[in-house]
Amino acid sequence: MSPLLAFAVTPRLARLSPVDLAIIIFYFALVLGIGWYLKARSKTGEDFFMAGREMTSWIAGLSFMSANLGALELMGWSAAAYEYGILATNAYWIAAIPAMLFLGVVMVPFYYICKTHSVPGYLKLRYDEPTRALSAISFAFMTVLMSGINMYAMALVLDIVLGWRMDFSIWISALTVAIYVGLGGLRSAIFNEVLQFVLIWGGALLIPVIGLIETGGWENLKLQIIHNTSVQYVHLWKYMGSFHNPMGVNWVGVVFGQGLVLSFAYWTTDFLEVQRVLAAKDLRSAKMAPIIAAGFKMFIPFIVILPGLLGLVVLPHLTGASLAKGGAHSYNAVLPLMMVRYCGPGLLGLGVTALIAGFMSGMAGNVSAFATVWTYDIYRPLIKKLGTDRHYVLVGRWSTILGVLISIGTAYITMQFLSIMDYVQGLFSIFIAPLFGTVILGMMWKRTTKKGGFWGLLVGTVSAASMFIWYKMSPAAVRYLALSKDAKPLAADIYLALWSWLICVIVTVVVSLFTQPQPEKELTGLVYGATEIPKEEGVSLLRKPAFWAAVVGIVFVVLNIIFW
Amino acid sequence: MEAARSISIWFFIGICLLVDGVLILGAGIYQLIHPPLHPVVLYSLHANVWWGALLAVVGLLFFVTHAPWRHRTKQ
Repeated sequence: MSPLLAFAVTPRLARLSPVDLAIIIFYFALVLGIGWYLKARSKTGEDFFMAGREMTSWIAGLSFMSANLGALELMGWSAAAYEYGILATNAYWIAAIPAMLFLGVVMVPFYYICKTHSVPGYLKLRYDEPTRALSAISFAFMTVLMSGINMYAMALVLDIVLGWRMDFSIWISALTVAIYVGLGGLRSAIFNEVLQFVLIWGGALLIPVIGLIETGGWENLKLQIIHNTSVQYVHLWKYMGSFHNPMGVNWVGVVFGQGLVLSFAYWTTDFLEVQRVLAAKDLRSAKMAPIIAAGFKMFIPFIVILPGLLGLVVLPHLTGASLAKGGAHSYNAVLPLMMVRYCGPGLLGLGVTALIAGFMSGMAGNVSAFATVWTYDIYRPLIKKLGTDRHYVLVGRWSTILGVLISIGTAYITMQFLSIMDYVQGLFSIFIAPLFGTVILGMMWKRTTKKGGFWGLLVGTVSAASMFIWYKMSPAAVRYLALSKDAKPLAADIYLALWSWLICVIVTVVVSLFTQPQPEKELTGLVYGATEIPKEEGVSLLRKPAFWAAVVGIVFVVLNIIFW
Repeated sequence: MEAARSISIWFFIGICLLVDGVLILGAGIYQLIHPPLHPVVLYSLHANVWWGALLAVVGLLFFVTHAPWRHRTKQ
């Protein structure tokens, strides 16, 4: 059973006061007002699709982080913390920070210098049209699918938490997103992501603070968690030597599958994220954006993981997803339950607004990325090559509305076929992991050829899809994929990403070695060793991205040691 | 970021925090005068009073420092 389906059988959690409703209505009015205001600033393609490439490092960085910080993410990882303990923190540290720093320090210069509009656009410049078409179509498909699933999940959560009709939630949120992104384009999406970032901290920060007061501080909380569960729930790495831990995955899967492949694939090649970096005003801001985001990302566990851990102590009887019935609550609802526990009138409205803002900005991020890829990487090269800039902006606005409508359709399909929810992580591994192989080899190795890039991406994607179908049809296959009979389903998705990335890399390398290399002049501005990266001579240490990346890297290591 | 060379995103954030802060503070003060029948856990901390006040002050700060009329005056 889908965790969210199980969530649906629990009773309504909260009733909103007039003050709470006023806060929610004010949020909707504000985002629509911002969209209307920004319409005048979105007349050219650069404005609409790239936010005029004028974002500061802080705005691009906060937006970069917030695009990933949807409400499903908040609720999902709070629930994971209740289920797996502090091991869930890996999703925010090892599975994010190294990849974000790598993007900022190593990859951004190539994306930025070639002035591409998108990741598929980079593949066109580096390889050829078929490689771009393959990645653009798979990205567009994945993006609207994810957007629809998120929309359905939001409607379900609002139905359960507040008793709102699902049709009402879907249409109100979808129309709001369609209006503000359709009017203001990427700039509008970025504005609302930054607003969401502030709302999430404003709405969620109180929960861990009051929770720690109630449980007597961190050390007392740990002792009570150990008493209620086991010592494995309070150590990040100590029990990762085997699959015998709450997560059922060992350190190899976490470090290489989750930390290297899945994380690097998502943070460095998913256009939903990279688009925010490309909108920065200059190369330094573009490099700083993911580094700033990494700095904030390290502290997200305080408002996401800690509520789940507190739940283990103050709400010790939440049931597993498939057991939640007859009035019992599932741990999938641990975050809203903690919100209701501590937040009185007004604060509850702010918390619910933060969740709605998270859902809507996640949807807006997907839709704005879809509009860009559809217009620049599918419509322009394959349907109408010689349109005016004004024409493409119009196509962008309409494709925003089209993306929202397809997402609504996907949401209703998901409502009918709930098992789709179980496939989300696997689909992500299929499309994103091989793409990372194609991009990173193209960017770092001059010898990679056009044919190598295309066939590596195609074979990697097809083999990932085949492995996915294999273990979905035969669950026993997980033991072969993850190389252990103790592996749990989560390990299967992680190892699926690892194998499909390896297959992509091997095929790309082999095909490249047997095909004609590209002349170096074609690789200028695109590949390491053929691109002159602007030097930062004469720049003070405090303004150097590499310095801040080192600072964030040191804090990351220290945090892992503290919670080892 | 200056969106239209005049209105910054931080100005909008200031408005949002100010309005939300005032509403939360108001609800908290109302509860001080009329204590609820079913209070939240650790109600005695009166979180909505001090958190609402904090949000309102931060919001006011952003609202004032990033107000478009201040920007125009400087120009």
